[in-house]
Amino acid sequence: MDQREKIISVKNLVKKFGDFEANKNLSFDVFKGEIFGFLGANGAGKTTAIKILCGLSSPTSGEISVAGFDAYHETEKIKKNIGYMSQKFSLYSDLTVKENIRFYGGIYGLSRDTIKRKTKDLLEKLNFSEHAGSLISSIPLGWKQKLAFSIAVFHEPKIVFLDEPTGGVDPITRRQFWDLIYETAHTGITVFVTTHYMDEAEYCNRVCIMVDGRIDALDTPENLKKQFGADNMDEVFVRLARAEKK
Amino acid sequence: MMFVLPIVMLIVLVNAATQEMKSISLFVVDNDLSETSRELTGKFSGSPFFKISGNSFSVKKAESEILKDNADMILVIPHGFERNLVTGQNAAVQIQINAINGMVAGLINAYSSQIISGYNQNIIRNQVPGFKARGINITNSFWYNPGLNYKIYMVPGILVLLVTIVGMFLTAINIVREKEMGTIEQINVTPIQKYQFIIGKMIPFWVVAMIELSVGLTIGKIFYQIPIEGNLLILFSIAAIYLFVALGFGLFISTMANTQQQTMFLSFFFLVLFILMSGLFTPTESMPYWAQIVNYINPVAVFLKAIRMILLKGSGYADLIPQIVHLSIYAVAIISLAIFRYRKTAA
Repeated sequence: MDQREKIISVKNLVKKFGDFEANKNLSFDVFKGEIFGFLGANGAGKTTAIKILCGLSSPTSGEISVAGFDAYHETEKIKKNIGYMSQKFSLYSDLTVKENIRFYGGIYGLSRDTIKRKTKDLLEKLNFSEHAGSLISSIPLGWKQKLAFSIAVFHEPKIVFLDEPTGGVDPITRRQFWDLIYETAHTGITVFVTTHYMDEAEYCNRVCIMVDGRIDALDTPENLKKQFGADNMDEVFVRLARAEKK
Repeated sequence: MMFVLPIVMLIVLVNAATQEMKSISLFVVDNDLSETSRELTGKFSGSPFFKISGNSFSVKKAESEILKDNADMILVIPHGFERNLVTGQNAAVQIQINAINGMVAGLINAYSSQIISGYNQNIIRNQVPGFKARGINITNSFWYNPGLNYKIYMVPGILVLLVTIVGMFLTAINIVREKEMGTIEQINVTPIQKYQFIIGKMIPFWVVAMIELSVGLTIGKIFYQIPIEGNLLILFSIAAIYLFVALGFGLFISTMANTQQQTMFLSFFFLVLFILMSGLFTPTESMPYWAQIVNYINPVAVFLKAIRMILLKGSGYADLIPQIVHLSIYAVAIISLAIFRYRKTAA
């Protein structure tokens, strides 16, 4: 058995919306410090699952623990230990870059001095210092996404959830975005990321492929490619999807 | 915009929503053509409320003027009016009023009766030598608004309207906009407490509404010379409590709506209901009993009454205890309900 520390543990997670089963009996574990990819077509149930793990939505049944807390009764404790960035861009567009950082830093209870110091570091790291006073609505999408990610890990959570963070972003910015993700994972923060770009799956330590609300495969990208006799993750996915149709 | 529009409203509405009748068009059918009848007509044309729009000997012609909307009222003085008066018989005049608007018709009727009965007493005094009117002498004195100035009554009402709209509507729209933008999801995934979020949403609009109230009062004082009989501190403390109710309502609405359209619809429902029932335009005392009961849950009615009491009557804390208690309980209840209904975790 794996000796690493489990940070997310999901057993038989089911989520129903009326008669529709969005998540059918999901079970998986995520280990501390890994980059865990959640793959699937649109509507496969990725976002539903991630919202349950973040405490935004209640599960119908199953045992779920995130950062050591129960997803039914301890959602507020979970929220203290995670960061979240959704496909819907979620910084305040009528506030400036700096104001957004200060606002979210404040919500997580960071002190004024810490926020000031970290804001400076962050803006320097992103080469963003000159735009500190710009309104979010005036900066390009790629930069917004990088900023949103940085704000999601600003309070140094144990886990960061990224729900299709690179949607609509050009390839170069996506590459830079993944550099940020790697850097974050190196600091010991677990990264849980959903995507439908198969090339991004190669960057993950382990990937979990969802089809129609079920987990069809879960392993390292290498093992999956071997298992399906494929050259890249795209092929793995196509084979899984075809098997589904038969 | 948040400040200009309310001011425009204060200026336009107060002047437009007046219930005083200034120029009632009176059409006269004088078939007597006597000194007395002319004197009576003169009493009408001399009053600030009436203006003679025409004369004729034909009632038919007069009625057609009413149909054309050229006249609001017809005064018919029959032939033999003076003779009947002098000989001590009953002398009658006829008044026909266009009563499409019942309230206006009532006012016209009241004004006309006043003029005619005043004239009647004159005649009795003048024409019967040695007669001393020792009958009941009614002297009217109108308290708190001696000139029966309608604007003085309206300004406090419009002020209430203003702060209610700012409080309820802007708060509701603000939160629902966050739902539409998606920022609320980001907030919900943070460990922020529900009460912190709600308070954070209330404070800015509370401040804005208080400023609007001050601006509105200043305008009312300068442009309409509204009296400020009572203590402004009392006024602002009650407004402070009332605003928590209005804001709480806005928050409550925002927990029920997901789009700005839904919010508009819900806010309009509450606003129109509360405002029309509040006694802003029609006195609550003349509403049916059930409506008066419903008004117990109408915060606008309570605050409106309080603000008029303070401004016009100069009521103090002791007089306003019922309103203060009422609004305080209301504020606590509605904000608790809003916090309770606000969900950080969806089902």
